[in-house]
Amino acid sequence: MGGLSALSILFAAMFYAAAAALFFGFLSKIYQFAATPSPLKIPTAPAPTTALGAAGRVAGEVLFFTSLFKGNKWTWLGGYVFHVALALVLLRHLRYFLQPTPKLVELAGPPGVWAGIIMTAALVYLWIRRKAVDRAAYISLLADYFALGLIALIGVTGLVMKFVIRTDVAAVKSFIIGLVTFSPVEMPADPMFMLHLLLVMALMVYFPFSKLLHAGGVFFSPTRAQVDDCRERRHVNPWA
Amino acid sequence: MAAKIETETLTGDINIPSIQPGATAHYKSNPAKEDHNKFLGFPGARVENWREAAVEHMGELLGKYKSLRVFMDICVRCGSCADKCHYYIGTRDPNNMPVARQELMRKVYRKYFTPAGKLLPDSLTGASELTEAVMTEWYSYFHQCSQCRRCSVYCPYGIDTAEVSMAAREIMDHVGIGQKYCNEILGKVLKVGNNLGIEPHALKNTLEFVEEDVKEVTGADVRYPMDEKGADVLLVAPSADFFSTPHIEGFTGYGKVFHEAGVSWTVSSYASEFANFGMFIGNYDTMKKVAQRIRDAALDLGVKRIVVGECGHAWRVGYSFWNTLIGPFDFLDPKYPAPQHICEFTLDLIRRDGLKLDKSANDEFTVTFHDSCNVARGSRMGDMPGGQFEVPREIIKAVCNKYVEMDQNTIREFTYCCGGGGGLLTDELMDLRVKGVLPRANALKEVMDRHGVNTMAMICAICKAQFTKVLPNYGIPMETVASLHQLVSNAVVLGGKIGV
Repeated sequence: MGGLSALSILFAAMFYAAAAALFFGFLSKIYQFAATPSPLKIPTAPAPTTALGAAGRVAGEVLFFTSLFKGNKWTWLGGYVFHVALALVLLRHLRYFLQPTPKLVELAGPPGVWAGIIMTAALVYLWIRRKAVDRAAYISLLADYFALGLIALIGVTGLVMKFVIRTDVAAVKSFIIGLVTFSPVEMPADPMFMLHLLLVMALMVYFPFSKLLHAGGVFFSPTRAQVDDCRERRHVNPWA
Repeated sequence: MAAKIETETLTGDINIPSIQPGATAHYKSNPAKEDHNKFLGFPGARVENWREAAVEHMGELLGKYKSLRVFMDICVRCGSCADKCHYYIGTRDPNNMPVARQELMRKVYRKYFTPAGKLLPDSLTGASELTEAVMTEWYSYFHQCSQCRRCSVYCPYGIDTAEVSMAAREIMDHVGIGQKYCNEILGKVLKVGNNLGIEPHALKNTLEFVEEDVKEVTGADVRYPMDEKGADVLLVAPSADFFSTPHIEGFTGYGKVFHEAGVSWTVSSYASEFANFGMFIGNYDTMKKVAQRIRDAALDLGVKRIVVGECGHAWRVGYSFWNTLIGPFDFLDPKYPAPQHICEFTLDLIRRDGLKLDKSANDEFTVTFHDSCNVARGSRMGDMPGGQFEVPREIIKAVCNKYVEMDQNTIREFTYCCGGGGGLLTDELMDLRVKGVLPRANALKEVMDRHGVNTMAMICAICKAQFTKVLPNYGIPMETVASLHQLVSNAVVLGGKIGV
């Protein structure tokens, strides 16, 4: 790392620390979820009677938020739009990580920009919802606004770099590829990019210690993932 | 009876109210007495170091229950569940929103089990120590959850508040803070054999009374046997079926169905209870002990089949948990290798044309069906998912001419709890019970007004007891409440087709 500015070294170090926190933090929680036993069969009935059916049920929750749709159409709308837009934004960002840029990622370029706008707007909508509905206001914690605000700020700083103070995309890409190939290079001297990256790193650290664990946890929810085969197969409680 | 409970006027519509913080914070189940707790292996009274002991036990449960482990971490407080609880709709207390009820535990979880909660100020993390005030909230609001699982249907992650309230009650019991209603009853079932504490000779008298009653009304010799070794079927009914109305009319119906099927059956005085309140208090060992009596009775009597009566939570335990708790059932007839619900037995007989039915016997009734929460969302009947909805409906349609469904958002997996389940069917919670029935009462009122419904059939002993008690507060007569097998009993033509 000879010849790098102190600032670049600092950012590189922070990035590796944040990535490690996300990776090991998330992995340890997932391991904990997976390793905790299920003493009894508790799928919310009516439940699928085959493993394939149960996988389909979980897939429905993950891909379409089926239960939330049943519960509240307006929350579903905001939440679903946000998550789909986020997925597109992440896909678009792969262009900064992969050389050469794969075709699919290239295609995600223009819609990815729109998605950035929509994602940020959806976060504002979800924020307003929390304030406007008395039930939602009652249950909302600082952590809920923090997550919305943090991701919204990441969106805003990204959009600013796209539309207001354009950043040197080539320099950003070489910096990020340097990071992910463990051969860091000088980071672009663009305050907006630094801020964007700082916020992203904060999110990476925050992720495994927060409600954002729903991203992995949904796969382990016994009420959705379990198969209703209580009669056919004797479920054994490992600790009784 | 105490002062009349304020009730809303039924409009037939279910409206989501605005929140009224603290509205039911004063509701408090009577605490268990020393001997109630001790008999179940809990400390007689609150232990000296209850805080540390409670937190330690929470840690143990987090390691033993994947549900609790995952549910504590992944709630995003989206609020999809917030307006789905009958107790929230009826009481307006925001702590009766499922997410808020869960947060009562989650804030303690954050304090003792998450890095952020341990390191950062509570004002940032929303964590809280397990203080006296928090324990007071726990005792009040975790006894305002009927564990009906309606919230879980609408949760994007399937978070089930029942799992949380069971864990909370288990933690409280563990440190000597028990609820009288559940713990006293569990003592009775484990000592005497049933929740009501009916001794064998009294049970025998009741069965003889039912026998004589059927003889008087129909002239037929239908038997209601007890402790008969070598019978084909062990019938396990909720003990309310032996005494309460309209439960006993349903029980009468079971006997007629067995009689017509030509199947010998018996009840057991040792295991004269299908209900299993061990589930309500979230205590695995107690639930297993209560269930074990039924396995032991079946083996002792040498029966080939186990058939169970109309009881909601008990069918959840029977269908979903028994195989784990007291299985395998390899001693039963391989043709009927799992315990069956009486509705499965009856429908099977109807489908094989083994019951002669006179539908006109029920012509004075326009019937609707109330799906009991634990049957709907915690069990199954028959071969297909959703059989728990279709099997009882098919029976009703076979025995009645006039059948009407309530609003589709209030039936099947979306059904509303009666407001008395989960260990809350006790007098000191009458205010909560009356308010908790509101959404079901409105849905019922709508079909009463629009379609002339005068009978709501159901297959749960707690539902029957709760509805007959609280619906009159809303001007709905208690006679509206019926056992499903009461309708069967009315329609069966005895001696019609014996032995198919």
